[in-house]
Formats: sequence, structure tokens, C-alpha cells
Amino acid sequence: MNIVIIGNGITGITCARNIRKLDSKASITLISGESDHFFSRTALMYIYMGHMKFEHTKPYEDWFWIKNRINLIRAYVKTLNAIDKILVLENGKPIAFDKLIIACGSKPNKFGWPGENLHGVQGLYSIQDLEQMERNTQNISSAVIVGGGLIGIEMAEMLHSRKIPVTILVREKFYWNNILPKEEAELIGKHMAGHGIVLRLNTELEEIISDNQDRVAGVLTSTGEKFECQFVGLTAGVKPNIGFLMENELETDRGILINEYLETSVPDVYAAGDCAQFRNPKQGEPAIEQLWYTGKMQGETLAKTICGDKSVYNRGIWFNSAKFFDIEYQTYGQVLPEINDQQKSFYWEHPNGKHAFRANYSNTDESILGFNFIGIRFRQVIAEEWIRERKTIAFVIQNLEKGWFDPEFSKTFYKDISLSYFQGIKDGNNE
Amino acid sequence: MKDISLSIASPSAGSPFQKAGAALTACAILCSIIAAFGVGKTNPLLFFFLIIGLFISGGLFYSIPYFKAQAGIKNDGIMQNPLSNRGAIAWGIAILMTGFYIILYWFPYYLEGLIRTMDPLSMMLRSKASDQWFLYGAFYTLAVLIMGMRFIAKYKFSRYHIIRTISVMFFQMGFAFLLPAFLLKLNQPEFYFSYFWPLKYSYLFPNDIDYLIQSGNLGVFMVFWGLVMTFIATPVLTYKYGKRWYCSWVCGCGALAETLGDPYRQNSDKSLKAWKIERWMVHSVLVFIVLTTALLWLNSWKSGTILGDASGLFSQWYGFLIGSVFSGVIGTGFYPIMGSRVWCRFGCPMAAILGLFQRFKSKFRITTNGGQCISCGNCSTYCEMGIDVRAYAQKGENIIRASCVGCGVCSSVCPRGVLKLENLEEEGRFIPYIRHEDRK
Repeated sequence: MNIVIIGNGITGITCARNIRKLDSKASITLISGESDHFFSRTALMYIYMGHMKFEHTKPYEDWFWIKNRINLIRAYVKTLNAIDKILVLENGKPIAFDKLIIACGSKPNKFGWPGENLHGVQGLYSIQDLEQMERNTQNISSAVIVGGGLIGIEMAEMLHSRKIPVTILVREKFYWNNILPKEEAELIGKHMAGHGIVLRLNTELEEIISDNQDRVAGVLTSTGEKFECQFVGLTAGVKPNIGFLMENELETDRGILINEYLETSVPDVYAAGDCAQFRNPKQGEPAIEQLWYTGKMQGETLAKTICGDKSVYNRGIWFNSAKFFDIEYQTYGQVLPEINDQQKSFYWEHPNGKHAFRANYSNTDESILGFNFIGIRFRQVIAEEWIRERKTIAFVIQNLEKGWFDPEFSKTFYKDISLSYFQGIKDGNNE
Repeated sequence: MKDISLSIASPSAGSPFQKAGAALTACAILCSIIAAFGVGKTNPLLFFFLIIGLFISGGLFYSIPYFKAQAGIKNDGIMQNPLSNRGAIAWGIAILMTGFYIILYWFPYYLEGLIRTMDPLSMMLRSKASDQWFLYGAFYTLAVLIMGMRFIAKYKFSRYHIIRTISVMFFQMGFAFLLPAFLLKLNQPEFYFSYFWPLKYSYLFPNDIDYLIQSGNLGVFMVFWGLVMTFIATPVLTYKYGKRWYCSWVCGCGALAETLGDPYRQNSDKSLKAWKIERWMVHSVLVFIVLTTALLWLNSWKSGTILGDASGLFSQWYGFLIGSVFSGVIGTGFYPIMGSRVWCRFGCPMAAILGLFQRFKSKFRITTNGGQCISCGNCSTYCEMGIDVRAYAQKGENIIRASCVGCGVCSSVCPRGVLKLENLEEEGRFIPYIRHEDRK
């Protein structure tokens, strides 16, 4: 079996590795235009900040690919003929396949802002973007970031590490308010402000102003404010990187359309990770999943299918994590920015504004639905088990210690949380 | 309201405080060199205070930005800084430290002037004049205390690091510097209660034991202490807490690595090849010292009839190769180039024994939190023992490695809160995380 994978990100790599584990004979070829070897995209920020070099972000030593007979090709794909099972690289070289996996990732969103193509304006996704950011931020005195999401705050942290003052424009009422409930969003906003980051909420980008050499000189906002800057980071989300698939047999929408087996509209062609879009996403799940964890899980599932054990992708109980400057965030289960009428929410925050806890639960049987942990580490297996087994909020609050994952000798907060919860019940304050 | 301009001034080699700290430290080194050339002999007290004062104030200034900054990981710019990234400054420091060790071990008369600056302190503590080893002990302890303070400032968000660092500072100053000096003052054997066989290999050699037993009741207790620590405390404590109870909480070599060596921890080699070399080397040293000890006892039992002086030669060579060249010159001198734990990783027989217990019979592990690893590589990069922590974490496996000294920095630098050092039940510690959906 001749398997070709486009993209050497976490999805493609996980798929390749798992195919090799299941099938020692298959020929596996990985094509990437971005890098010779797999690296951790999530670590790009640490290269800029000087915590690591590029080599440190490679999870496997270079001999690993030879030893596991995974052929690596460094090239961009120009065209794909899915029916005849052949693709052509930019250098004109054709590559035939029996099965194809497209895991070519995302690229930063641009929304047609005036000036979005000026020098000094960019997104951050690839290693090339990082190199560009390195060049674009030499000797600058201030920067503006457009978009209040995870990449936005990462970029802010990167620039902050080089002592470049940063202003972030956020369309929503609070930072990352399309994901985080108000309290958590405000907590993170305050923490950012403590690091000198200027947050402009309820503010959109109107126009990027240029100097007379096609370089960015500042931005105009929807509120009429003007900021001078020599760098603009566009971090208003990412979209599937499927430009090279235009005029193709594959059905696409925003991403490559796939079913629950990660199969595309053409037999023996699969898509997974950031670039794929579920035709019929499950209730409450997004059509496009742009996360490290989901990419990894999709890659694992797909490897089984390709090796003959046809498997439905099931992302299980939702989880995610992030770090906002010095504050870690872990979430398990379902925590919407605003609860619906079948839900209740309990929130606790430490007076120092660096630790918080939220538990959302059903208002009918009090069963736990999801958690947010801010500045607290918590065991994934425990949180998932409680959600799966529909433990009650009272049980959860009384047993938090079991899942506590903060380092030894750390101050613990489960007693404060429990006290606050039962005090709230007594006073009738809990939502 | 906090002053924002202060928090923006996050620590980096470029801050004025750190430049002042580096300058003061350079002055301290310069004063030491001047003293060594003879001036120390004529003005010991002046140079004593000059050297110690400059070192301490240099360290203080260097640490100020860490104390002032918001609590959190402070690794900005490490890979660009010539001090930490094997640049010219790093090589300069490596040559200076290696040179110091070579002179200390084999040409101590060049240090005569510097040794004399320690006479007032030595007289006070031990009622005898200083020698090269007292000088070395004083400098060593000073380095642990000053750089320990810097470490505490850098990792002030973590109580694990604060407590652990206070512990190594305490054991170095109390058990490895003051107490042995005090014992000398009382005309007792100079004994280090925080070092045991096989790290302090001679403590189970027949000559040392004979000498201790003949020196009186305290000497007998010292022999007893050494035996208990080697044969009872080592396995029991390692079973309960992992080898960290010794390597990153008590040991003097560990103390120096964790404090003076911290700026260089990222320079340890993480490759599989390095791991293979490590396993051969460290266990060979262990075999070497066990054989040497056995031979010495056999010889002593047969009153020297088997080997004559040959076994003495064996132990002399061990002392030269392992005790001096490896643990001193390479182990510490090469900090800036090869990372802070070269000796502990490749050469220490005590670490080898502790590691065997930790790997095969211990409750200690670094737990990986489910499927949360994003493979970023911070853990592996900042592992001073060169363990590829990420290789385990990204598979959902706990990290159980003979070499892990339990410093806890991988857990601290993890941006997703995936790693936790803990002592749990021994059963099941090797079982990896499997998603509920994938369980059969």
C-alpha cells in the first residue's frame, strides 16, 4: 500500500506514526513545504522569546524518520488529481498514491481590511511567519494586535519579551469572550494589563495606515482611535489552507468536506486536522476543529481506518488548555461563555486574581457538565470520569482534592472553593 | 496599582541591574586573582571582605530583576544570551572554572595568596590555618548560597523550588562546611554527614573505618552513620521519594548544579546517543568503585598478602580519575558548555545506585496529565539530566527514569500543566494514559 500524506503537522505525523505501528509494510510518504522535519507549532512563540531554538521544538530526532521508514519530501503540492490518484509537486514532480491523507493545516484569516498587505502586517501560523515576524519586529517601538484569541495573546507575550509595547484590539466585550465566560475573561484581561498590555475592548480594526514606503505606520479603529505602530499582528482566527485544491474533484466548503470516518467525497482520499470540515458535526461540536489535541486524535483514528479497522472519529469529552502570560488554563467538558436555561454555574475566584474555578452543572439533576481551571492544574482523568459518570456538583466540590494536580507544597484552594460553594447554598446565592 | 514600567522590565542579561551584578562579580574574580599573586598574604582581612563582599553584592544585583518581576517563568532570551548559549562568555567562564580546578588540585601553591585571605575565617571556625581545600569549601558554599538566592528569586512562584533550594543551601553550609570545620576545632575527625559511600567512596574503605573507630566514640558513630545511610536510608528514602531526596535536596554536588549551574541547565545533551553513553559510563563507574572497595577489604582481611600495594594503587587511580578529573574539572568546569549535571549524569556512582532503585523499586514518578501534552519541548530543553521528558509526556506515559533527580523544573516550565512530581502507589506507575474511547 502506497500512502501519501500532505502536511507534516501534528495530524499528518500522528497518522503516519500510527500507520507504521499497525502496518510494517506500507510505504509512507510525507510531503511538507514548510519544514524538513516535524516540529511543534505550539512552540513557535518560545523560539521568538528565546526559551528554545527551532531544534528543541522537534519532538523526534532526525534519525527517527529513517528508522521508521517514513519518507520525507520537502515541497509544496501544486495540483492534485484525486480520481487518477496522482499529485504534482511545485517542481513538477508527479507522485502517485493508493491512499491520500490531506492534513495541510490552516492559514491566518484576513478580512479585506484596507492595508492588510502592507509590510509589517502579518499573521502567525507557520515557521515562515515566525521568520517574517523576526524581521518585521527589528528595532520597532510599538505594535498592534488585531484579535482577542489565543494566538493574539501569544503574539503579545512574544513582543512583550522583546520589550515592545503592545495594544490588542478585541471585537468582543472581553478578552476571548466567545470562549471564556465574563469572569475568567476579565481575570485574564487584568493579568495582561498587569504586564503592560493595552487592551481595547469592543473595538475593531478599521484601517491599517501606511507610511510612504508601503510599510505600516499605524491603525485606525472602529471607535475612531488612532495608534501609531510599526507592526500589526492579524490574529483573528485561522482558516483551512486549501487554496491548492481549487478546481478539484474534492468537495469543499470552508474546508475539505469529510464524514465521521474522515473520508472525503473521493474514495481513498481522506482529510484531517485544521483543513477538514465535518459535513454533519455532532450536536455542540464545531464543523472545523483547529486544535492540537483534535488533530492528534483525528490522526490516530484515521490510521486505524487506513489500516483496515474502519473507525468513527470520536473526540470524547472535550478538553483544552492554554497559558496566558503566567496564568495556566485548563477546561474539561462543556463550559459555554454564557450558560443556557438548563444549566447552573458556580464560580470561585481567589482574591489575588490569579486563580479561579468554575463548574457548570445541570439544573435538573445537578450533574456536572464542565470545568474551567484558571491558575490551577487538575487531573484530566478525574475531571472526565466525573463528567462521564454524571457526578453531582456537591460530590465534585467535596472531592476536588482527588484531582488536584498543582506541584507539591503549592498552596491548595479546594477548601476555599468548597467553603465558598456551601456558603453560597446557605445564602441562596448560587446561580 | 502596580507600576507597569517595572513589570515591563522583565529580567534579561541587558538590564542595568544584571550588568552591575556581572561587573561586581568580575571585580570579585579580579580581586581573587590579585590576592592569589601575593597581596592576599599581606592584607588577608581586607581581601577577604573585598572578595566575599563583591561576590555577594554581585549576586544580589544580578537577582534584583527576578525579585521585582511578576512571578512566572523567566527564560526570555536564554537562547540568544552568550552567557547561557555557549557563547564567548560561556567559554570564558568554562576556561576560568576549569583552570581554577586544575590549579586547585595539582598546583595549589599558585593560590597561596588567595588561601591566606581565608586564614581569619579558618582560624575562627577550625582553629587552624586555611589550606586549598578550605578555600575551595568556602568558595563552593558561597556559590551555592549566592546562586541559591538567585534561584529562589527566579522560581519564586514555586514553593517546591523555594523549599528545595533552602534545603540544599542548608546542607551545604551546615553539613558540608560549618560542621566539618567545627569537628576539626574539637579535635574530632573531619567528617561530612551529608556524603556517603559510594559518592564519598573512602568512607567505606578499611583505612578510613580503622581511623574513625580508633578516634573515639564520635568516630564509631560516624562509621555507624555511614553504614546506615548507605545501606538503609538510601533504599528506604529512595523507595518513598525517589532519588531526589538526595540529589536535589541534600547532596553538595547537586546543590552546586541546582544553583551555580542553573543558568546552563538547557545545555545538557538530550539525544538518544547521549543516553546510551550515560548508561554505560555511570554504571561502569559504579562497578569500578564497588570492585575497588571489595579489593581493599579483601586485601585488608588477608593483611595485604593478596595484592600488596596494588589495591592502594587502584583506589589512588579512582581518586585521580573519578574524584578529581571527572567530578571536579569536567563536572563543574564544563557547566557552561555541557550543562550543570555532567558529573551527576555520567559519573556519580551514588546517582547510579539511587537511579537503579528509582527505576525498579520506588513510588516516585513524574505523572503525565492525560492527553494534554502539546509536544512544545520546554520540559526536555530545561531538563538538566538530558532526559527527553517530552518523549514520554506526548505518549501519555509517566516519566520514570533512573537519572531523574526530581528538580521539578520540567513541571514548572510546562505551559499546559501536564507534569507533576509525586509519590504514589508503586503499582501501575508504568501504565500509560489511554483515552476512554480507545479502551477495549
